[in-house]
Amino acid sequence: MIDERFGPYGGRYVPETLMPALAELAAAWEAVRDDADYRMELAELLRDYAGRPTPLYLARRLSEAAGRPVWLKREDLLHTGAHKLNNALGQCLLARRMGKRRIIAETGAGQHGVATATACALLDLECVVYMGEEDMRRQRPNVERMGLLGATVAPVAAGTRTLKEATSEAIRDWTTNVATTHYVIGSTVGPAPYPALVRDLQRVIGDEARAQLLERTGRLPDRVIACVGGGSNAIGTFTAFTGDAGVELIGVEAAGEGLDSGRHGAPLTAGGRPGVLHGSLSAVLQDADGQIAEAHSISAGLDYPGSGPEHAHLRDTGRARYEAVSDADALAAFAHTARLEGIIPALESSHAIAWTLANPGGELDLVCLSGRGDKDLAEALERLGD
Amino acid sequence: MTEVAAPAGAERISSAFADRAGRAALMPYMMGGFPDLPTSARIAAAYADGGADLVELGIPFSDPLADGPVIAAAGTQALRAGATVDGVLGVCEELAPRVPVVVMCYANLVLAPGPDAFAAALTAAGASGLIVPDLPLEEASGVLEACDAHGVALVLLVAPTTPEERLARIGAQARGFLYTVAVTGTTGERDALDVGGVVARARAHAGVPVAVGFGIGTPEQAAAAAAAGADGVIVGSRLVRAAAEAADPAGAVRDAVAGFAAALSR
Ligand SMILES: Cc1ncc(COP(=O)(O)O)c(C=O)c1O
Repeated sequence: MIDERFGPYGGRYVPETLMPALAELAAAWEAVRDDADYRMELAELLRDYAGRPTPLYLARRLSEAAGRPVWLKREDLLHTGAHKLNNALGQCLLARRMGKRRIIAETGAGQHGVATATACALLDLECVVYMGEEDMRRQRPNVERMGLLGATVAPVAAGTRTLKEATSEAIRDWTTNVATTHYVIGSTVGPAPYPALVRDLQRVIGDEARAQLLERTGRLPDRVIACVGGGSNAIGTFTAFTGDAGVELIGVEAAGEGLDSGRHGAPLTAGGRPGVLHGSLSAVLQDADGQIAEAHSISAGLDYPGSGPEHAHLRDTGRARYEAVSDADALAAFAHTARLEGIIPALESSHAIAWTLANPGGELDLVCLSGRGDKDLAEALERLGD
Repeated sequence: MTEVAAPAGAERISSAFADRAGRAALMPYMMGGFPDLPTSARIAAAYADGGADLVELGIPFSDPLADGPVIAAAGTQALRAGATVDGVLGVCEELAPRVPVVVMCYANLVLAPGPDAFAAALTAAGASGLIVPDLPLEEASGVLEACDAHGVALVLLVAPTTPEERLARIGAQARGFLYTVAVTGTTGERDALDVGGVVARARAHAGVPVAVGFGIGTPEQAAAAAAAGADGVIVGSRLVRAAAEAADPAGAVRDAVAGFAAALSR
């Protein structure tokens, strides 16, 4: 069975038109995920094409700054520069098996768009990526990469012109073209079976990291830390450790200009009534009527008012906890990591690093470095110059 | 204590269909609070003046997944102009004495206050029914129960993609009427439309009237839907566009609604 609910969260709050396609997708995933041919095909691509396993790296100078060993899971070294490719490759292979040759995706930071465009080029699939105009501005290099890879980038001008609207537009496209099209959602959000499907494809991060750390140190981490936009790199990192009772799981959201400012992207940390956004019930930023609020983050990938339903459940059960890091602190960690380690992290991942640096506790931290920061240079340099 | 007879909403809806004596009922859609609240109240009255048999009253939502560009933009504009759920229910309250009102809104607006409080507010505003386009049967039980308890008909939707077996399950739970989505896609006018198949399929599984919507933008298309056996015809984007484009929105929509009403009365 594919998880449809995580405690009270998740579900399928979508137009009737999509319900049969979601049932079809769930059935296809249930059949394919344990299929030996599919697994072999995916494993080979992840190894030979994408560069798995990614290294686990003891960041010595960051460790000194933090006062304890900090191990980085280097998803920034994965082909295309972020963890997003794990999911995009898996879903595009699945789509091809389902006979769907048109692929659509939404993207915020552009990493998921690039990953999907890459997988489509590799597998000879048509690709349309919805992206908010504001994100197209601040993640220009990724827009250009998608074009070069043969994808069509469809600008979205509605609302705040960021990830939320891009996702809505992708869902509308899917509603219209559902017979021929597979929607490659980029995070552990959306209607069932997506949160479970994306988790299954991303759990390779934590599975590898756990084995690598045991091999290198003979022990488990005290804390596992990952940034949370929709939650896919975090769930991907956490899942291997949820059964290890002594391991703390910490998801780091975007505090933006501060939790009290109302300009942030931290629905799990802020708490409040759950709500429905993009097809599932989870923690969401909303007003008293239930209108979805605008999020804010310096990092496009965390600039989202919703969150994955499994995270909301992990929070409620106490298995994971969620904290938030401001734009300013993330930006400082971005610069710090570049100087100390010769690694330019994505602004998203910089939130996880900033939290680790600022919060003592435990004797060994494992941090998911979900992506590299080349895409963020223009935005970050401009802000750092301020 | 205000005790409401439980099936009141469903009964009012079914008599609105029955009153048409074999001809199809006209159910124009409007976006509450668009372009602003006072104007939308005048638009509501104009719908009744123009000959609406029922009115589908939309509450704007920040992320309307089932809507195409015209209705989505109207919702954005309404929210910018300050529309709230209470404000739109005020429009409902004014209109409901004249024609049955079926409120259309997205799931999160129902879940935010809780289904019971929301259904109670609908009853208090005189609404007869509720349509929630992102609440499929599997997620509907709590809202269905609350609506039943408050005498509001929760109208379920079927789509061209809905398989037969599922159609039967939805049809069995239908209240008020069965909302038959004419196209695979979002709301918006379509040049070419063939509703014969979807209407026949819905009819085979519905014990309530079958109303067809999404895509109908001309009186000819409305008449064709009626000829194909629809008991009701829903017209949305065409009228919202009329309200958006005209200097006198109320006058424009009254004339447009009258055009559709005439096509259905021939
Ligand atoms: C490098 C990187 N990290 C994290 C995220 C946030 O997504 P998620 O929470 O699904 O991992 C993104 C999204 O674009 C990203 O590009």
